[in-house]
Amino acid sequence: MLQDKDRIFQNLYNDGDSGINGAIKRNDWSNTKDLISKGRDWIIDEVKLSELRGRGGAGFPTGLKWSFAPKEVGSRPHYLVINADESEPGTCKDRDILRFEPHKLIEGCLLASYAVNAHTCYIYIRGEYYFEGQRLQKAIDEAYKKNLIGKNASNSGWDLDIYIHYGAGAYICGEETALLESLEGKKGQPRLKPPFPALVGLYGCPTIINNVETIAVIPTILRRGGKWFSSLGKAKNTGTKIFCISGNVNKPCNVEEEMGVPLKILIEKHAGGVVGGWDNLKAVIPGGSSMPLLPKEICDTITMDFDSLVKEKSGLGTAGIVVINKDQDIIKCMARIARFYKHESCGQCTPCREGSGWMWRMLERMAKGEASKDEVNMLMDVTKQIEGHTICAFGEGSSWPVQGLIRHFKKEIEERNNFNPLVKKDRNIPYLVDQHLLDK
Amino acid sequence: MIKLKINDKNIEIEDGLTVLQACEKAGVEIPRFCYHEKLSIAGNCRMCLVEMEKSPKPVASCAMPASEGMIIRTNTEKVEKARKGVMEFLLANHPLDCPVCDQGGECDLQDQSMFYGIDKSRFKENKRHVPEKYMGPLIKTQMTRCIHCTRCIRFATEVAGVPELGAIGRGEDMQITTYLEKSMQSELSANVIDLCPVGALTSKPYVFEARPWELKKTESIDVMDAVGSNIRIDTYGWEVKRILPKINDDINEEWISDKTRYACDGLKSQRLDIPFIKKNGVFEKTDWRNALEIIKEKIISTDPLKIGGFTGDLTNMETQYSAKEFFSKVLKSKNLDSRHDYTYLDISNRSNYIFNSEINGIENSDFILLIGTNPRYEATILNARIRKTFLNNKTNIYSIGDQGDLTYPYQVIGNTTEDVSKFFEKQSAIYNEFKKAKKPLIILGYSFFLLQSANYLLNKCKEFLNDHIGNMDEDWTSLNIISKDAANVGGYDLKIVGESDEFNHTLDLLHKNKLEIVFLFGQDNIKFKKNKEFVVYIGSHGDKGAESADIILPSPAYTEQDGFYTNLEGKLQKAFKASYPTGNSKEEWIIINEISKLLESKNLFNNKDQLIDNMLNYLNLNLKENKDIFEKSVKGKFFDEEVITVPIDYYYSNVIARASKTMSECRNLKIDFQKTGTEG
Amino acid sequence: MSIKKVSKEQPDNFEFNEENLKIANDIIKNYPVDKQQSAVMSFLYLAQRQNNNWIPLVAMKYIAKLLNMPYIKVYEVATFYSMYNLSPVGKYFVQVCTTTPCMIRGAYKLVEACKEKISKSQNTLSKDGKCSWVEVECLGACVNAPMMQINEDYFEDLDKEKTSKIFDKMLNDEDIEPGSYRGRVNSEPENNRKTLMDLKNASR
Repeated sequence: MLQDKDRIFQNLYNDGDSGINGAIKRNDWSNTKDLISKGRDWIIDEVKLSELRGRGGAGFPTGLKWSFAPKEVGSRPHYLVINADESEPGTCKDRDILRFEPHKLIEGCLLASYAVNAHTCYIYIRGEYYFEGQRLQKAIDEAYKKNLIGKNASNSGWDLDIYIHYGAGAYICGEETALLESLEGKKGQPRLKPPFPALVGLYGCPTIINNVETIAVIPTILRRGGKWFSSLGKAKNTGTKIFCISGNVNKPCNVEEEMGVPLKILIEKHAGGVVGGWDNLKAVIPGGSSMPLLPKEICDTITMDFDSLVKEKSGLGTAGIVVINKDQDIIKCMARIARFYKHESCGQCTPCREGSGWMWRMLERMAKGEASKDEVNMLMDVTKQIEGHTICAFGEGSSWPVQGLIRHFKKEIEERNNFNPLVKKDRNIPYLVDQHLLDK
Repeated sequence: MIKLKINDKNIEIEDGLTVLQACEKAGVEIPRFCYHEKLSIAGNCRMCLVEMEKSPKPVASCAMPASEGMIIRTNTEKVEKARKGVMEFLLANHPLDCPVCDQGGECDLQDQSMFYGIDKSRFKENKRHVPEKYMGPLIKTQMTRCIHCTRCIRFATEVAGVPELGAIGRGEDMQITTYLEKSMQSELSANVIDLCPVGALTSKPYVFEARPWELKKTESIDVMDAVGSNIRIDTYGWEVKRILPKINDDINEEWISDKTRYACDGLKSQRLDIPFIKKNGVFEKTDWRNALEIIKEKIISTDPLKIGGFTGDLTNMETQYSAKEFFSKVLKSKNLDSRHDYTYLDISNRSNYIFNSEINGIENSDFILLIGTNPRYEATILNARIRKTFLNNKTNIYSIGDQGDLTYPYQVIGNTTEDVSKFFEKQSAIYNEFKKAKKPLIILGYSFFLLQSANYLLNKCKEFLNDHIGNMDEDWTSLNIISKDAANVGGYDLKIVGESDEFNHTLDLLHKNKLEIVFLFGQDNIKFKKNKEFVVYIGSHGDKGAESADIILPSPAYTEQDGFYTNLEGKLQKAFKASYPTGNSKEEWIIINEISKLLESKNLFNNKDQLIDNMLNYLNLNLKENKDIFEKSVKGKFFDEEVITVPIDYYYSNVIARASKTMSECRNLKIDFQKTGTEG
Repeated sequence: MSIKKVSKEQPDNFEFNEENLKIANDIIKNYPVDKQQSAVMSFLYLAQRQNNNWIPLVAMKYIAKLLNMPYIKVYEVATFYSMYNLSPVGKYFVQVCTTTPCMIRGAYKLVEACKEKISKSQNTLSKDGKCSWVEVECLGACVNAPMMQINEDYFEDLDKEKTSKIFDKMLNDEDIEPGSYRGRVNSEPENNRKTLMDLKNASR
């Protein structure tokens, strides 16, 4: 188990003080100037060395992403945008960082901005996190006051302004290009890629977009060295991660653990076990609602890191673990997730707009046992027709959980939906036939 | 040039194309709904997915820039599956009401579902219903059919310049609407009907009128303004059912104005079908022989100097030419003019009255100055080009005279002839902008030529441009004139300007009641106090001209006979006969021929071919076009006056439009809109 | 998301009050010159707060003019995002999260409480017009499920009984305390802390 001294978010439970004084006590802002004076390349190299992968869900190597930003600032300014539009069901880690460790984020913003040549940083917070936003704004104000950010931030010679931009209730704005659209005052509809935001992003300028947790761990990585970070966890899945354990567990919680920690340990040890005992476990959604669920057999042994979960055809995502026990109706749970995706689809491109509603309606019927047996395969077909054909990753996000359900619980669905609505017995009647004639 | 491989075929294309365009070059057809050449790329229908090597997912070819060494496949199973999947999604919530849909037969969704659709539906849920939206008198909506391609939104925002359409809501409940369901305030609005790939937006006046396969299609030329948009006239029997744009990238691209499209129902009402004669203030029907005899008697007993005539705003060049020959050879009168007002003209050089840099040239310009013109109403399609230029190049646009909303921003730099003169004397604040420009445009409108100082200022302008030839690109002519009516340039080319081009003497004689016989060849725009004049009206519609006439001779409208028109750029184009004229009407040149025969017992022309030959010969011999060198001396006098842009009653600007029910609906709506103000 | 119903009864005019105008002007400064359109979301939110939790059409026009945007673009934004209310929702606007993590911990019991205490169906004002409720998607407090949001405040670790009590207080205009209703601290495992114990002990 991760030792307390290696935990980055010491104030995750707000035992101390989330304000500037508490932050300084926790070693934030201690030698920011020195870190910056080591130069852009050093910072990026150190982040590359740490093998930090983005904490927003896709797990893209952060150092690599930063290196995509143009080396020299041309006629267009660079921007750093922080994605704090945390809306993935099962995930609430950024909320605690915003509330309790805002200075880690702000300091991270400064370091990252410097690394990617940005003088302006926008933090896009979901609108519902009003108080979290206020708390962060207070921290930003404190930092300005102490000249930690602003003109000549922390005496580093680098100017940085940080602004908060509130969302207004749209899951899709967590997609980076939709977030940029939203930041520009439009509907949050993802953009076509290429061009990628690193070259053409906010207001058409080079923009680097990172998740809150990714940026908030940067200062600690730079202080303690990329090597330290990469020594934690597994190869290519390094460092620590905040896991959110919710659902049918006795003590749902957020906890920072090492990457690659066994799922069973997280649930049993930190979250007080599954309600009704480990044997009462039905399935676990390992990485926020868009990741395919895992049945108990896999949960017994799986470790929580990007690559192991991909091997099981799932993913680490945001590390929002939703535990579902046998008291729940698994089909209903997934139907509710499908409803979420239907509700949150932006409606821009065809497969997701038309497909997400279709999947939800089918699942609702399946939960009630009103579907026919052959529809299970058809549902799988529909998910395959959405996956990979959309503008953004929402298509995958909405179809994967359904695929996961069918992959592992097909039998259960078929048992419940074991009838043919057209004709009670298969009488070899062609599909198109006048039903009223059949009765006679 | 870049090389890439499409379906194992190597091709070479120029830079900056998308994969979809590259595929087209390779002869591979890609299905699409949202993509349109003239609009920005949305990439949202996902129909154009193709497989690209090294990409795990299929890519949207409309949005993917083609690059060196790409390997594209469009005929794989994966692509086929993707397209079939997208098609199934599009059809899932589509009502499939083709039998009652006006788009049937020319519907992209229908056509493509023949290739990619599945024969039976797997979608067992309830289909989505979307309430209808009100979009004005031209556009009928059936939003349940909408496939959310957003072409209409992009058209309104980009081409028409009226960001009034939008998609509200999100997800499967997204709906296309205007803000609070108002009609679109644009003269180009109905183009969204052509753009809509399904039957969501259809033509309201054409609703349930005909099926596309029942219609005879004739490609022709529009006469509602001087742009000469290329159109296709669809007729059912004799009746013109609808008018659609025909692509001509040099003139109208793919668009036509609402007037061009919808004035055609004016061809069905107010028509003159037999000759009339006025007796005691009341029109009585008569026959051709009687009518022509009376005219003949009248001509014989009248001094040729007291015979005058005017050609109209929609008159084709054959008519104009035969009228000219009739006046000079038969009547021996000089009093024939193609102008209905006191417009100043200098027809010695063709570049004095045409749009020299051509409509396509606008796109290259880097400076635009409008003087006394409102291109939005005078030449709608040309205005769309100016907007396009503004969007692409951020061109600086200035105007003398405030023109209201032109759909693009411009700066008003005064409204008097003093301001015009100041600009040409290099005193203006924007002079430096002009000097920097390599391809500046100075656009003079019809109202400019009504100024008393027109002569002075035109020459001043030419002198000014002569001074700056060095600054500009070679072969660039800055001087551009927007003519208002379809017949204008043709008439000037044929030199139908009475005694002189500077002043309309014929009109002067008319106003002074010195004419005894007046021929109006489709001329309805002259107001004069009638004294004892004997007025002969030859035209298609019973309008102002016919009201004042003593004898009315019916003739066909522009869709009912072949006829040449020269557009404002000086391009000679031919309109073709698409339907039959009403009743007993005769083409104008035949009427003229018959009068000539009565007077001189011989035909003026043997047949129409001879007439056209003569006319083209005349044009070849007489047209001087010299764009490079302008005369140096400044003529004319300066007057201090306000540059007033004569307002145009857009939807009522000619006889056909005035007879059209649809146009009057549009006009009423616009008047209401102006009354309540834009804030509504 | 079904399309939002726009209230039939609309006020005739709307303007930011002095305080909000000042805030608005400050917000515009957060964005580069000529990119003032970015402020539209904040402005809509300000308008919503000023106008009793909902945005009238005149406010959208006002904002469009203020930011020099076409009306339809403001309207698009207002209908796209779920937090903007286009018809009155009352002084207390209750949003119950019913997405899976909350659902499996009993969120629909909270919905029952809403139906009993506020109104039979969502998006409907209570009898006294003070309050309405709506089912919403994940509010991002999953480890504190089930939960709901009343105006800006999060109420966490609820059950039906506690929710009903909160509503009773709220409808009597009494102060209600946001936060966890099981007395746990933030998102720590209740009585089961295994990490950062030193800090916990230090803070006591």
